[in-house]
Amino acid sequence: MLNYTLGHYGYWFTLVLMMLGLYGMLLKNNLVKKLIGMTIFQVSIILFYVCSAVKWGGKVPVLDPVIGAADPSKYINPIQHTLMLTAIVVGVATTGVAFALVISIYKRYKTLDEVVLLERMKNDNDAD
Amino acid sequence: MMLINFLTKNSPVLIPILYLSMGLLIPVIAGGRRHRLAWPTIALVILIGLSISIFNIFAVIDAGKPIHYYMGEWVPPIGIEYVLDHLSAFVMFVLNVVAFLVIIHAKDIVRHEMPGKEVPYYGLISLMLAGFNGIVVTGDMFNLYVFLEICSLAVYGLIAAGEKKSLVASFRYLVMGTLGACFYLLGVGFLYLTAGSLNMADMKAIMPYIYNHPTTIIALAFMALGMALKMALFPLHGWLPDSYTHAPSTSSAIIAPTGTKVGSYVLIRILFFIFGIKFISEMLPVAHIIAWMGAIAIIYGSVVAIAQKELKRMLAYSSVAQVGYIGLGIGLANPLGLIGAVLHILNHAFMKACLFLVAGNLRFKIGHSMISKFNHSIRKRMPWTMAAFTIAALSMVGLPPMAGFFSKWYLVMGTIKNSNWIFLAVVLISSLLNAVYFFRVLEKVYMKPLNSGSPEESDENTKPTEVGLQMLVPTLVLAVGLIVIGLLNALIVKGILAYIVPLAGM
Repeated sequence: MLNYTLGHYGYWFTLVLMMLGLYGMLLKNNLVKKLIGMTIFQVSIILFYVCSAVKWGGKVPVLDPVIGAADPSKYINPIQHTLMLTAIVVGVATTGVAFALVISIYKRYKTLDEVVLLERMKNDNDAD
Repeated sequence: MMLINFLTKNSPVLIPILYLSMGLLIPVIAGGRRHRLAWPTIALVILIGLSISIFNIFAVIDAGKPIHYYMGEWVPPIGIEYVLDHLSAFVMFVLNVVAFLVIIHAKDIVRHEMPGKEVPYYGLISLMLAGFNGIVVTGDMFNLYVFLEICSLAVYGLIAAGEKKSLVASFRYLVMGTLGACFYLLGVGFLYLTAGSLNMADMKAIMPYIYNHPTTIIALAFMALGMALKMALFPLHGWLPDSYTHAPSTSSAIIAPTGTKVGSYVLIRILFFIFGIKFISEMLPVAHIIAWMGAIAIIYGSVVAIAQKELKRMLAYSSVAQVGYIGLGIGLANPLGLIGAVLHILNHAFMKACLFLVAGNLRFKIGHSMISKFNHSIRKRMPWTMAAFTIAALSMVGLPPMAGFFSKWYLVMGTIKNSNWIFLAVVLISSLLNAVYFFRVLEKVYMKPLNSGSPEESDENTKPTEVGLQMLVPTLVLAVGLIVIGLLNALIVKGILAYIVPLAGM
């Protein structure tokens, strides 16, 4: 059991990160803190993929004349890493859009706290 | 002849590439002083997309089997594969035809609601369609995630362009949407760990070997959760009402019919085409859970819609209910339920587009869409718009021969086949609830003699303000389309939808 726990420690840390991110995303009041939580959540998934690609004693997936191509299990699987390159780009784009929204929200309501924001939005309604 | 050869060979990939490149080219074509070119360009692009999607349907029916396209000639499972089968060709056609009609309608109203921002707006619409069509046609699970994020990012922008509160609504949608996409990605990761493949067809072939693996079960749970968030299945619908209410009229008219449908499409793909019906009903009863979520969504959405004061908000909650029908049909996991769900994707797309266009027309001419302020003068001022509204409302209620009746009919048959009487009662009661909230509007507009108003009202009567032809025609085409779909539904079901059932392994 101990072996199992220690052997998968990468996944356990990923799980902790994921919970941290989820907590920030859903329970923090400040919009920027929500975004920080969201980014942590995305990063935890990226780490999960990278963890899953670990292979002790594996070589970089470039053809090595010493090892040859006969036994592909001696190389690390590159797919997870390449997938995550795309996922990182997607994450950056999402964060960019999110910050654009946060900036416009701040310009319009002069606050980033969700409680205050809701109050000011109510006043908005009355003015309509 | 050469053109047809070229089209059949490359048809799966053409539409996403067209929209993706045009999304980037529209700011170039219509930049600066040429901003008047923005609308004709996007209309032309979507017209081309629509023609290709119609061609695709006939190509698939002709071939009688899925058409595959290998990106860069890399054969799957190594390369990325695009697959056009009966289901994807059908959903693609629905997306493009609705988008085309809404865009025809959009010209004046976009200029009116967002002066000076037409060029980026139409660019985003093109990007969004690239994402939607890509999701529908791709045969690779990670590729699907990328398209999911492309269309979501565009949708956040399209929603944020609306009235004052739209920014906050869009931000909330962004947080929830990202959460959903991340869950999906996590599920794909788990599935890749066990199956070692990302190609959907390959995955299906591997599935018997990893059937008993706990990782597979977790993967399915995460993917279904992520997609339920994206399609706003109760109780994960929290982002939907605000987004649809505060978005610009054109955005809600184009996102409401297509966005949640694409989520349901992915759910159908994952559940039936990858995991298979045995897994989702025996190993992990996802189908059952989704059916219950759908049933609750139907009742909840309809009841809350009755309490709404604003037309667009009412339609948004009604969307929650209609997504419930699709969820219920998927969750029944029998051929009739699946046909009902897929047919409802088409019907609901037409109904919601029509209703949101009517809401847009009202906002454009009257300046508001508060139900409490509606009165009989509207029927005199905008008779055609209200006629379209009436047809769509009757279809929502499910009166034959409108389209809405037939998808509900298949759902009812599906529940009877599973002998699940609670779901049967839910579908029947919901028709009644639909009638309550739509007749509430119709009553305000129609149930009063014309010449009983106060002088103030008769003053309003003198303003004859039906919207222009360009806005009226798409609204009416959608309304007439509902009747046509209703009359032709046997043809649709026999010609296309019946082929989906064996593909889904039923």
